[in-house]
Amino acid sequence: MEVPILKQGPYLIASIQSALSDNDLMELRDSLVNQVGKFRSRGVIVDVTALDVMDSFATRTLRDIAHMIRLRGAEMVIVGIQPEVAFALVRLGLKLEGVSTALDLEEGIFYLDRMTRLRGKEARTRAQ
Amino acid sequence: MRKTAQSPTSYSPSTEELLSELVAHLRQNRTQLREEWARRITEAKLLTAMSKEEIFAEATAVYDNYVEALESGTFEALQAYARNLSERIIPRGVETHEVIGIVLLLRDVLARSLFAKYQTDFALLNHILDAYEPAANRIANTVAVGFVQERERVIREQQEAIRVLSTPVLQVRERLLILPIIGVIDPQRARQLTEQLLRGIRTNRAKVVVMDITGVPVMDASVANHIVQTVEATRLLGATVIITGLSPEIAQTLVTIGVDLSKMYTVGDLQGGIEEAERLLGYKVAPVSESSASA
Repeated sequence: MEVPILKQGPYLIASIQSALSDNDLMELRDSLVNQVGKFRSRGVIVDVTALDVMDSFATRTLRDIAHMIRLRGAEMVIVGIQPEVAFALVRLGLKLEGVSTALDLEEGIFYLDRMTRLRGKEARTRAQ
Repeated sequence: MRKTAQSPTSYSPSTEELLSELVAHLRQNRTQLREEWARRITEAKLLTAMSKEEIFAEATAVYDNYVEALESGTFEALQAYARNLSERIIPRGVETHEVIGIVLLLRDVLARSLFAKYQTDFALLNHILDAYEPAANRIANTVAVGFVQERERVIREQQEAIRVLSTPVLQVRERLLILPIIGVIDPQRARQLTEQLLRGIRTNRAKVVVMDITGVPVMDASVANHIVQTVEATRLLGATVIITGLSPEIAQTLVTIGVDLSKMYTVGDLQGGIEEAERLLGYKVAPVSESSASA
């Protein structure tokens, strides 16, 4: 199942609706990393609210995507991890190091707003 | 003396006759045997939590139930009585060995009276004992099991009560939860605590959680690791955990057993933790006089 990627202002929103195969995940990775450049997006939100299981491959891929997006000059945040999923991941030692997380879509947008503002400020001070 | 209502038992008719003779004997000597039993209980220093009168009253009731069970061969009434008795005496600190001890004493007292009565006819005594022993053993078993079951039920109820009481997740401000933990954390409680916290974060849309462990006296490696995992899991939900009130002992233990605390955000006491959380959330709390003066 392909994951729809929605463009919302300066952000891209990928909303995962059902369990994904490894191939789907890699497609998601490719299209996100491409589109973030194509649309000159400043942030990416991956919504996993609908997932009640996340395996190690999915977790690693999401982490990789986050790092790639950062290298492409944008921020990524994963939103909507279910409490049970969160604890299961931590118990398996899958901690999503270096990846930002937020409670839900709204929080995710709020977080990206703040981060992109900070980045702008940083850039301005560096330029001076 | 023999009752017409015979319950289904595996005894042969002759065993039943022996038993009814036995029951008749026990009924006849009720007062004397009862007193003898109560005396032996006091002598053996059992049921010290109860007064002499209470022991005698209970002894009478147990004795009658005992004879009843011997006669009818059914144990339901005795079982119910044992459960009821246990319910009354468990809160008073009566131990399992005492209960088993008194039932075995009764068995001995009755057996001795049988020896005394049938000492002239050894063959008959043998037959009587053949009938008496299995029934008496089963009665002792029933009472002991009833007591232990009752005790386990009480323990389960208390565990449940502790479980319900133990981990409140409280919202003190919009998006700020506090989780005061009091008492020893065992692995089961730690797991439950995590579940409740993660669920609380989701339902209250919390951003910061202050976990206060002032009331936790000791912590072992597995519980400490569980807390570290909880902190990481809350991060995945987009929230931050501030831990407050780590006692000197726990701080030493954690460092000694080498728990990775780099991801833990700790503040000295609950007040400091809440202030820090307010700062993270962008609240500014000022005394009324000061804020009105500056306004």
